[in-house]
Amino acid sequence: MAQASSAARQETEKAPTPAKMNVSLQVNGVERKLTIAPWTTLLDALRIYLDLTGTKKGCDHGQCGACTVLVDGRRINSCLTLAVMKDGAQVTTIEGLAQGSTLHPIQQAFIEHDAFQCGYCTPGQICSAIGLIAEGRARTADEIRELMSGNICRCGAYPNIVAAIEQVMAGKGAEKSAEVGR
Amino acid sequence: MINFGYTRASDVADAVSQIAADPAAKFIAGGTNLIDLMKENVARPSRLIDITHLPLNKIEETKDGGLRIGALVPNSDLAYHPLIEARYPLLASAILAGASQQLRNMASTGGNLLQRTRCFYFYDTTTPCNKREPGSGCSAIGGINRGHAILGTSEHCIATHPSDMCVALAALEARVLATGKGGERSMMFADFHRLPGDTPQIDSTLRPDEIITAIELPPKGFADNYTYLKIRDRLSYAFALVSIAVGLDIEGGTIKEARLALGGVAHKPWRDPEAEAQLNGATATRENFLRAADKILRDAHGFGHNDFKIELARRGILRALAQAARGTPQSQADKRIR
Repeated sequence: MAQASSAARQETEKAPTPAKMNVSLQVNGVERKLTIAPWTTLLDALRIYLDLTGTKKGCDHGQCGACTVLVDGRRINSCLTLAVMKDGAQVTTIEGLAQGSTLHPIQQAFIEHDAFQCGYCTPGQICSAIGLIAEGRARTADEIRELMSGNICRCGAYPNIVAAIEQVMAGKGAEKSAEVGR
Repeated sequence: MINFGYTRASDVADAVSQIAADPAAKFIAGGTNLIDLMKENVARPSRLIDITHLPLNKIEETKDGGLRIGALVPNSDLAYHPLIEARYPLLASAILAGASQQLRNMASTGGNLLQRTRCFYFYDTTTPCNKREPGSGCSAIGGINRGHAILGTSEHCIATHPSDMCVALAALEARVLATGKGGERSMMFADFHRLPGDTPQIDSTLRPDEIITAIELPPKGFADNYTYLKIRDRLSYAFALVSIAVGLDIEGGTIKEARLALGGVAHKPWRDPEAEAQLNGATATRENFLRAADKILRDAHGFGHNDFKIELARRGILRALAQAARGTPQSQADKRIR
């Protein structure tokens, strides 16, 4: 198979390099313009070209969830997304969650519940949890666990991650009923 | 990833003419499998044709009482669609049994059909693989083959099709709509994927100039008596060792019509018309379920590490038929198997 790879390499060398492309992304509410090669993933665009290194590269194959961000409000794996395909999209990363010095309720709950140890998976866990709550499909701890299964934590902080999400979900329910009460 | 070009398709006709003009190009929608394969240097397209802007993202009722699902509907939207949940809960359950929510948010309906095997030799470009490099040999036969096929294999390939969604679509007898240079055509789901034979590099009967535009579901959804039972090494976010989709039409303890499809055991979702025919008109008893399981698995054979799958499939079929007959489908969140 070494032959096949060297043949592939020669083909690559012969082929003209495709032109870079202009991409505009609304990242955390700010318009960011980029001129990038089509093979730049959204993850690399965020980390390398926009210096937003909060979003982490774990496996780079969509298996660990460390790269989870919200695109147009939905959680996705940014490592399996090409930035050129998201031209014009709204991207929210971990850097865009706090309002000034006030943390997002999920960020605050992760601290209160000690929902991390090394912290490497945490930005992805938090973006994923925000996506999960917005989807409104999880009601029980079993359902939270199932719908968070795309985020791996090798420190094993899972029980505390579930507790943090449950707390915010319960708080949200209370807020909603308070609104109804008014 | 190697360097590649990138263009957008403006409509279906444009997508077809772009792919017909450049056979080394590939369509991209969700990208969850293709970009991964490109990172591994297994897929080396000259160009990606972005089809995500095509108007193929609707779920509509058809005149005959079925549903037409646009090829670009994300897997998560499909699983959570009220008409799918109400009429085709087997499909919703199978989708939710696969991947993670992030991936389901990205992955398209059409792309799910076209995902490639997760055989690790297929992914490892340092090893022979007839699917990746025709004629180089199969490393899984005689290699590590715990996850591999037990039905419909050939001496050239023992890979499995990885999809959960497709197992349900096979059981529901969906149709695949595709458009190519020759116009639009509709295929039976059973005819879409193929067995490896001596050309394992070809996964489906989709032609090189064709694009999947939609999946059509017939009216019958088996919403009262169904289950999708997925057995895997961990409780979530893993490919099936064996999965079983069942839809039963039962009246007074007698099966009027049975649908049964297996995942994780073959190069395509596995159905057996003889086994289903044997269940039609039979009473819903353990003995009859066992006979059906034995019928389906009559030609099953393992390759060493995956020998256990034959007995696992037998027990899974028995369990799934019982779950469907009782109207107690497997939950994809509460993992206890009842």
